[in-house]
Amino acid sequence: MSAESREPASEYDYAAGSYVGADRPRGAGPDSDAHEVRREVAGYVLGLVLAALLTIASFWMARTNLVYGPALAVALLVLAVAQMGIHLVFFLHITTDPDNTNNVMALAFGVLIVCLVVFGSIWVMTHMNQNMMPKPMDQLIRMQG
Amino acid sequence: MSTEILRAPIDPYHLGHQPAAAGAPPQVTGHGAGGPAPKRIVVGYGFWIFILSDVIIFASFFAAYSVLFKSTAGGPTARQLYDLDNTALETAFLLTSTFTCALASIAVGQRSLKWTQIALGCTGLLGVAFLTLEAREFASFVARGAGPSRSAYLSSFFTLVGCHGFHVTAGILWLGTMMAQFYAKGFRTDIRHRFLCFTLFWHALDIIWVAIFSLVYLVGTLPPEFLP
Repeated sequence: MSAESREPASEYDYAAGSYVGADRPRGAGPDSDAHEVRREVAGYVLGLVLAALLTIASFWMARTNLVYGPALAVALLVLAVAQMGIHLVFFLHITTDPDNTNNVMALAFGVLIVCLVVFGSIWVMTHMNQNMMPKPMDQLIRMQG
Repeated sequence: MSTEILRAPIDPYHLGHQPAAAGAPPQVTGHGAGGPAPKRIVVGYGFWIFILSDVIIFASFFAAYSVLFKSTAGGPTARQLYDLDNTALETAFLLTSTFTCALASIAVGQRSLKWTQIALGCTGLLGVAFLTLEAREFASFVARGAGPSRSAYLSSFFTLVGCHGFHVTAGILWLGTMMAQFYAKGFRTDIRHRFLCFTLFWHALDIIWVAIFSLVYLVGTLPPEFLP
């Protein structure tokens, strides 16, 4: 492949913003295609509506008596993870596009570290608490006997 | 040189998209013979790595909070302190600000200075509203004798939520800088790369807040017998 077939990056304007849009030649002017803008706005509105629904569901669930109590904490965790997914897809545009592979791999590694730190800490500290807890008096007396 | 010969080495593994039209730049992905990825992709990736490391900092604060949640030292508990109406309002402000920030990125794509400034202005005002509510909440906690020095639980609470508030403050300062730069320098490529990083930062802050309102406020106010 000859070098001149590839233009240097500085020759091009990039469609800005978090929207992963197509590059366009310099001086081509703004995207005047109103249909494209409507599609982008519609995508963000959909993201906002989905996120708002999940938020409302979380707050509703925390106040209602209709949900089985001991399941509430896990249900809230699930709703939170779902809403994070909505934000990642609709606002941060982390997608399955080939040019997004690096971002997705970095995200996967980040999620691994976050899970190790949070669940590892809770696991270790819970066991520490149980083992360091002063034993009830009768048990201590029995140990001395 | 025919088009077929030219196209094949640009994207040998079909990782990217073919040029949309003649004269359009090759949309390479940084793999193979297509050459380095466009700067926009590289800048976004680098900032994404920073955001993920920031998320790991928050994860360690979350871990500390969950471990110390019951260490109230006889002081007030989460259930006695948190006001969920306040949290709901904060959430509404931050979620709307994420949306207006996304609209600003469309306006930048359209090179519309007016709409960029309007959308960014709304984003900033909603961010300030969020911070005001949070500051009021912190002040009321301290006034009720529930400051960060009261118990290990409250130390971890103020560290976690305060760190998020600090990030929002930094984001608002950055937002003001972006508004000034768009006004003074226009939609230059480097300015738009900075703006891309800003939108990533602002959206990421909302993701952290989702974790905070769900796991700190909502789970924290559940009746103790429902907690694991």
